[in-house]
Amino acid sequence: MAVSQPKLDGATALSAHFPAPTGAKWANDARATAMGIFNAQGAPHKRDEYWRYTDPSALTAVPTAPAALFSNDDAPMFDHVDRVRIVFVDGIFDPAQSDDLTLSGANIETLANATAMDIHWAKDLFGKLESNGQTPVQRPLAALNTAVADQGLVIHVTGKCEKPLAIRYIHNAETSDAMVHHVVKIDKGGEFTLLESGAGAARFNSVLEVDVADNAQFHHVRTQGRDHDRKTVTHMFGRLAQNSILRSFTMTMNGVLTRNDAVLEFTGDDAKATVAGACAGDGTGFHHDDTVFVTHDSVNCESRQVFKKVLRNGATGVFQGKILVKPHAQKTDGYQISQGLLLDENANFLAKPELEIYADDVACSHGSTVGAIDEDALFYLVSRGVPRAQAQNMLVLAFLNEAIDEIDNDDLASDIRDRLAAWMARHSV
Amino acid sequence: MLSIKNLQVGLEEDKQILKGVDLQIGEGEVHAIMGPNGSGKSTTSYVLAGKDGYEVTGGSAELYGENLLDMEPEERAAAGLFLAFQYPVEIPGVGNMTFLRTAVNAQRKARGEDELSAGEFLKIVRAKAKSLEIDADMLKRPVNVGFSGGEKKRNEILQMAMLEPKMCVLDETDSGLDVDAMKLVAKGVNALRDGKRSFLVITHYQRLLDHIKPDFVHIMADGRIVKSGGPELALEVENNGYADILAEVA
Repeated sequence: MAVSQPKLDGATALSAHFPAPTGAKWANDARATAMGIFNAQGAPHKRDEYWRYTDPSALTAVPTAPAALFSNDDAPMFDHVDRVRIVFVDGIFDPAQSDDLTLSGANIETLANATAMDIHWAKDLFGKLESNGQTPVQRPLAALNTAVADQGLVIHVTGKCEKPLAIRYIHNAETSDAMVHHVVKIDKGGEFTLLESGAGAARFNSVLEVDVADNAQFHHVRTQGRDHDRKTVTHMFGRLAQNSILRSFTMTMNGVLTRNDAVLEFTGDDAKATVAGACAGDGTGFHHDDTVFVTHDSVNCESRQVFKKVLRNGATGVFQGKILVKPHAQKTDGYQISQGLLLDENANFLAKPELEIYADDVACSHGSTVGAIDEDALFYLVSRGVPRAQAQNMLVLAFLNEAIDEIDNDDLASDIRDRLAAWMARHSV
Repeated sequence: MLSIKNLQVGLEEDKQILKGVDLQIGEGEVHAIMGPNGSGKSTTSYVLAGKDGYEVTGGSAELYGENLLDMEPEERAAAGLFLAFQYPVEIPGVGNMTFLRTAVNAQRKARGEDELSAGEFLKIVRAKAKSLEIDADMLKRPVNVGFSGGEKKRNEILQMAMLEPKMCVLDETDSGLDVDAMKLVAKGVNALRDGKRSFLVITHYQRLLDHIKPDFVHIMADGRIVKSGGPELALEVENNGYADILAEVA
């Protein structure tokens, strides 16, 4: 099908808007390929199959609309965790606010430094997992990111890292338009935890490519919040080798538009992956979209998608989740649940669960529900003397808990619960 | 203590369920309401506790002179009313212990008392749970989720024991219980009888009243209390069914 003129024009405008990175050597080919893909696909448009529930125009507008800065008294997320702290301000690495790039068990460089080298291991990954993830579903904003991003981290994990790497994205300029691209390669048996937090920029586009080798583990906990006007699109491309583990959790609050794409592929047997998310949205401006594509291309792998969204006052939540089981991917165990809790009649939850299965010995289950607060449960709580607002918050937290429980770290899960409780206290009726 | 006068209640869609209920319960007394299905027993308990969906069209219900019908359900609880549910609700994601502690402290706060610390609370709840044969695992699990019928009812009695209400309404607490479970529940209830606390026990069967001995028995039919008496009235129902009594008062 011919690409429509508005999509092509949109791509032209965006390509011209972001200057091409300079000084790169080995990354030039990947960037040129990505720019070719982007210009051929065109900018995303609300008529596209995977943008029907989420209007991408705020993500494609040139220039981006400004976003007011938001501040409250909350301590920065993950502040008390023993970690290596890295700061990006409006999408630009800030060495002054960051710790040294040293972490036992890993080798960390900035993307700018890595691409300035003549040869680099990241050549085999940079833009590769992203371009693999362009079929069967096009992800033009990820291709654009590969083509123009010169900010990000390149991380080679060679062992079990002693502490997490925490990236904090600070939004400082009201019109900032950030492109951040991280590459993570985890060697056999390696273990790495990545924490991400912060609004990042007025408009924030990130790509995270993660290659998890045999017996290796990648843990990822992310919070997206604060600024009410921020626009965010993220992409995670993960590849799982034999007996590896990938667990990713995202909590989202505030913001006008958040689209989180997760694209995972099992290439080795006996691996496990979880992508989970909890979101709390208040107000007509809030639109949050989780789009997940999991491809099972090996035997006896387990994937879980667990997404819970609580919405009110015109907020919208979207879930598009797919499990593709290729013909020889026997003994696949695929699970997918997406649930919306609507606190009033003006909130929206749109879900598109998809299963496409070509193997005959698999267990795949999916469920998608939308509903209001359980009045019987609410009455049970208030009849015991719990004030109604507090009882409702307990039920909301309980609802989101099923997603938060997917975090494989009690302290981090508890941090997330505390943050949600604080948010609810501010937004309580 | 609890004074119900000419209480008339309809469902929102215009169906009258209670047609003038009169009931006076004094301090330390145990009253039982018996009656056939659909007579309005459970409705009486829900209206006292403040469940949505019922419309009070006349009469009054007061606890220690305070108008219950004007209060939110949580205010009624703080004032000392407790309803043991016929069907305790399962609440996934809310730990039983967290729920109990939140409820106890919310009521204490509403009454202007200091909240219990985690340590104090734990000590009390463990002792009370033990006497009801509720193990640590049941306290940790989400509220009523995966509990057997007997466990759910014991959990109701545990909540009652923790909240120390003045007026306890037990809505068919014997339903779904085998004899042993019923005895255990009755033992828990009897342990709370202290000469001051009052009970309203709603049941179909006389059997529960063998274990929780009432001072007064009332027969409810078609939205009214049609006959009141002593414990012997329950035996009469057990032996002859409701038909004779209903024919007698008709």
